Amino acid sequence: MEYRTPIAKARGLGSAKTGTVHWWMQRVTAVALIPLSLWWLAFIGQLLRSPHAQTVEWLSEPLNGVLMVAWIIAVFYHAGLGLQVVIEDYVHTEWLKIVSVWVVKLAFFLLALAAVLAILAIRGMV
Amino acid sequence: MVEFALPKNSVLKKGNFFSAPEHARHIKQFQVYRWDPESGENPRIDTYEIDLDDCGPMVLDAIIKIKNDIDSTLTFRRSCREGICGSCAMNINGKNTLACINAIEDYPGTIKIFPLPHLEVIKDLVGDMSHFFAQYASIKPWIETQTPAPADMERLQSKEDRQKLDGYYECILCACCSTSCPSYWWNSDRFLGPAVLLQAYRWLADSRDENAGERLDDLEDPFKLYRCHTIMNCTDTCPKNLNPAKAIAEIKKMLLIRQQG
Repeated sequence: MEYRTPIAKARGLGSAKTGTVHWWMQRVTAVALIPLSLWWLAFIGQLLRSPHAQTVEWLSEPLNGVLMVAWIIAVFYHAGLGLQVVIEDYVHTEWLKIVSVWVVKLAFFLLALAAVLAILAIRGMV
Repeated sequence: MVEFALPKNSVLKKGNFFSAPEHARHIKQFQVYRWDPESGENPRIDTYEIDLDDCGPMVLDAIIKIKNDIDSTLTFRRSCREGICGSCAMNINGKNTLACINAIEDYPGTIKIFPLPHLEVIKDLVGDMSHFFAQYASIKPWIETQTPAPADMERLQSKEDRQKLDGYYECILCACCSTSCPSYWWNSDRFLGPAVLLQAYRWLADSRDENAGERLDDLEDPFKLYRCHTIMNCTDTCPKNLNPAKAIAEIKKMLLIRQQG
């Protein structure tokens, strides 16, 4: 028998007083990714048709390096925020939800780190 | 996890058929969701043939005719029959709306009538609204002020400020919008849903209220507010032609301005 009142259930644990930054950063990264991804597609299109030495040279140019790292950070940040929302929407087992969000964040952080390090390595900086 | 298939005891069965009287010339078929908690049986779809020459023009008229003349066991809510009480909210041909303000002749073919989606059904077309109303109560839908009320007059408001409530004060809490929202289906235990958020904005937008900060504090939550993913079913389905999605966007805007404006 359920004795908790509807009000107790509706008020629950109250407000977490967060969420605005998450929501806003998802939109900021989405907007940033429009020009960045257009550049990225054009750039990758060139790389696919060029030899390795040319790739290294292009990525060593400051502007290309900056844009590539910016794209990597924005993509993984955006994807992490987005997947977190999907998990929160559909996973209702509390421990599984917490672990899934944690795994997603860790995985995307490591992927972003590896990608940035790869760019630095290509440029001979590590 | 989210369930995509109906549990076994919710699978619909074919129900009874009630044919129109022999002399009827304009016959319309109504298929109505039926479930009786005391029977222990699965829900079923009963089919009623109605003589439109002997029935009022609205879908609610047909439902009342079924109860009065054909099958008195049919259970539903209704009160004002003019779109202001919100009682007869139900799903008609796949869209949440008020049975009393929709004409039968606007629906071609058979009219299919179900309870509002994703509410626990109490009986037939009656869903359990307890949680919905508790959520409404949780946003404190009344004026909150520090300034005492003037002794001999109302709290004043300019015409311009009064206009800011247009599009929000008209909400009748029929729950058509909230029960059309997939986010509310999956997470209504915590997500407040479009109707309650629209009501919350109605108090945030009221120039006489002095408690916007605390109201925003209570709303700023990944589940209470930010489960809204602008799916827009709320605005699409609102039988009063209101725009809950816009109200939710205004709340998000206020929260952003509070941090960065």
